[in-house]
This record gives sequence, structure tokens and C-alpha cells, in this order.
Amino acid sequence: MNWHLLIAQLLNGLALGSILALVALGLTITFGLLGLVNFAHGVFFMVGAYAGLVTFERTNSFALALLAGALVVLALGIVVERVLIRLFYRRPPEDQILVTFGLAIVIVEIVRAIFGGKTQLFPMPPWGMGATNLGFLVYPNYRLQVIVIAAITLTAIYLVLYKTRLGLIVRAGIDDSLIVNILGIDVTKTLLAVFVIGAMVAGFSGVIDAPIVAVDPDMGASVLVESFVVVVIGGLGSFTGSIAGGIIAGEIISITTIWAPDYAQVMLYLAMALVLILRPQGLFGTEGRL
Amino acid sequence: MSLLEVEKIHTYYGDSHILFDVSLHVEEGELVALLGRNGSGKTTTMKTLMGVLKPRAGTIRFAGKPIAGLPAYEVARRGVQLVPDERRIVPSITVEENLKLAALTAPQAWTLGRIYELFPRLEQRRRNMGRALSGGEQQMLAIARALIRDARLILLDEPFEGLAPIIVQNLIATTKLLAEQGRTIVIVEQNVRAALALAHRCYILSKGHVIYDGTPQALQREPELMHRYLGV
Repeated sequence: MNWHLLIAQLLNGLALGSILALVALGLTITFGLLGLVNFAHGVFFMVGAYAGLVTFERTNSFALALLAGALVVLALGIVVERVLIRLFYRRPPEDQILVTFGLAIVIVEIVRAIFGGKTQLFPMPPWGMGATNLGFLVYPNYRLQVIVIAAITLTAIYLVLYKTRLGLIVRAGIDDSLIVNILGIDVTKTLLAVFVIGAMVAGFSGVIDAPIVAVDPDMGASVLVESFVVVVIGGLGSFTGSIAGGIIAGEIISITTIWAPDYAQVMLYLAMALVLILRPQGLFGTEGRL
Repeated sequence: MSLLEVEKIHTYYGDSHILFDVSLHVEEGELVALLGRNGSGKTTTMKTLMGVLKPRAGTIRFAGKPIAGLPAYEVARRGVQLVPDERRIVPSITVEENLKLAALTAPQAWTLGRIYELFPRLEQRRRNMGRALSGGEQQMLAIARALIRDARLILLDEPFEGLAPIIVQNLIATTKLLAEQGRTIVIVEQNVRAALALAHRCYILSKGHVIYDGTPQALQREPELMHRYLGV
């Protein structure tokens, strides 16, 4: 094996990992704050990709496609939270899993009915075509841009979480929502905002990822499962944990692919099992949660 | 009119009946101690006053308005503040963020400067995470959160529990200072001597019933009562 290939795969892992981190962030924060296990989160990713695809085909603008992915899923998130999820915050996890799992099936089948089940290619935006010569390696532009876009998005989320009033309430609420209530704050008022922001980021990530992986109604499923692994590795409710877990998961998948593509998922679960044995709360999680 | 008037409340934990017909009142500027053995219902009373637990029957009036059944955040906005016995400092935000969080919905929040004047130790620790604090520092921060909200009624649940004697002395002095400044306080404390030294008036709870209401001086003239219900 030559080391150029290894570096190329490391960069691929970083691109994949940053997308996983973005999707996992929504999962981990909704779970941390609401205690909600959302199996419909992958659907937000998929719907975002389709919204982006339709917009890109009509307008030929990738920026508009990104905006559409975010906004359509924002609207979907509001409807889903107000009509359904809201009723399940206080229900046991098995009810939440059933209802979100069922919701995911319904939305996937609606998308399949409208767009068909076939995989559709998402054209690469013009600025993403071609490759950059890094001196020792020629690497596709688009994946480098994905890493940059993801980094900017993560920075924006960081600023919301660490520099705003909403962010302070969310971080405190993840730790101890009872004391936040006792201190005069109605935590449930933030639940909609948190759920919807998480959904929107997933939809946006779906658009970013689409030119790399192509679009089909089931594309959300594997991302969802991998994002759950990211949450377990990084630690529930942790911002840093999502990013670290995302990158670790992305690298494990990419690096294993060099030698044994079939074992990429197996290695991912092995890593998760290892974390669960050695540090059950996850790399950046706090002990005793749940 | 009393600042706080509790009439015949009954509180349950699930199916178990904890408080029976509890009535009490607290006047503006008063420091009232709730005494009683473990399991007598003191903490349950405090949680019911805060709105963390809902009484199944009875009324609670604060500043003349009924508050029983309101959610805790609404009770807090009206000026009642529980300092819980577990302290519940938010572990993964800083000391200063804990204070800012508390001040968010307070109509007339104190400045951080005023808090740090009262608790210089918290200023030194302001960038530390909640989880890094010692027990005494946590208790200071828990009280400071109630003060930064400028709560009219502070409910102190076991503030001295598990702390070193020197720190307890400090906290007693702080509590006394607050009472002298006219702040209304209800205190639950296992340390009966400390509580009696602070309080203007005290109640004794036994098995969820109020069985005594009087001044510390009057109570101390009844050693049999003190022995039977407080174990001293």
C-alpha cells in the first residue's frame, strides 16, 4: 500500500466524519435535553437531500439547494414536533422509538411514492468539480469543501450553544432540567427550537453529502445508525463528543475500507463495543446520566 | 396578610401519602425553621412550596395569590426560590454561567458584582465548572443563585449538611446577615441547635403532620418535646 492512498483515505474519513458529526449533534442534543430517542432523524437527512436535488435541478444553484434542504426540513421539523413528537416527551423510550420509527417509515414511503425508489445522482456543483494538487496527492475539490462547510456549520452551532441565552439553557437543561425549571425557566419552551435546529442541520447535511453518495429514499437509514454509534462513542449530550465521535467513526470506516471494505461497519461496531466496555459514558460524556 | 400562607395541604409521592393537613404561615422578614426527624416530610413540604410537587388538596398563597399547582418555573418567577438539599449545581457549566442562568428570568436580578462581594470565593472560582466545586462552594453558589434572583422567599433545604464546621459557621453568618437585611427565609435543618439559634419561629413536623408552632425560646423550655421529635 502506498501512503498517498492512506492520506487520501484519512481525508475521506474526515469528510465523512464531519457529516456524521453534524447529523449526530442533532441526535445527541435532542436526546440529552428531551430524553427523546429519535429514529426519524435520518429521514431529515434524506428529505434534505431530495429538497436539495429538486432545487438544484430547477435552479442549478447549489447555494439555493443548501438553503432549500435546510428550510424544507425546518418546516418538516416544526410540523413533526408540534403534531406528534411533543406528545411523546414524557412517554417511555419504547413508545418514542416506536413512534419515531413509524414516522420514519411513513416519510420514506411518501418520498418513494413521489420520486421513485431508484438512486438518483446529485450533480456535483461546478465549483466542486476537479481536484486540487496537494503536492504529494491530487484530491477531489468537493470533499475538501465539504470539510470546510462542515467546520463552518459546527462553528455556528458552537456559537449558538456557548454564546447565547438559548445555548446556556440547553447546556444546563441537558445536565439537569429540574433545576433549570426551579430557577424560573420553562425548559419546554426551548424543546421546539432545539428539535427544529437539529432537524435543519440534518437536512443541510443531506444536501452536502448528496453529491458524494447519490440520493435514494433509504439513504437516511445508514446515516442514522452510524450517527447513533457516534453518539455512543462521543458521549450523550456532548458537543465535543459529537465532533470527536464523528471523526473517529469516519476514519475507522475509511481506513478499514483500504484493506477490507466489507469489514468497515464491523470495525465501527467493534470500536463502539470497546468504548462501551472501557468508558460506558462515552469519550466526552458525563457519568451517571440516564 | 402573611407573605406565605399554607392551608391544609396533602402531598403524595405516587400513591404514598406524605403530608397530612399541613398548615403554616410565614411573615415578611421572618426566618422560620422547619424541624423534625428524617422522613417527617420537611423536604416534601419545601418541594410542594416550590411547585416541584403538586399538593392533591389544600391551598398555598404567596403574596396573596394562590400558587398551588403552578409549575416550578412560574412559582420561581413570583419570587419563591428553593435551594435544594442536593444543591443541584449544574456540573458542566461554569460558576458564572450558573449565576447567569439563575438571573435570566429574574425581574430585578442582582449584578454579579454584588454576589461576588458577598461570596468572594465564588469570584475566584467563577470560570471553574460546577462539578469542580467543593461542597461548601456548591452551597454558596446554590444560595447565591437564589440571591441573584432577588427572591422574596428563600427556601433553604439542609444548607449545612455534610459541610466542615468552619464552613457551616460562615454559612450561618451569611444566613443571619440575610435575615437581618429583612429577607424572608424558611430553613430545614438537621442541625437543630444552629436552626434554633437563627430562627424567629419554628415548626415541628412528625410523620407528615405539623405538631408544634412556636418560638425557639418556648420550644427550648419543652425538653420532652425536643427529645421525642428532634432527638436532642
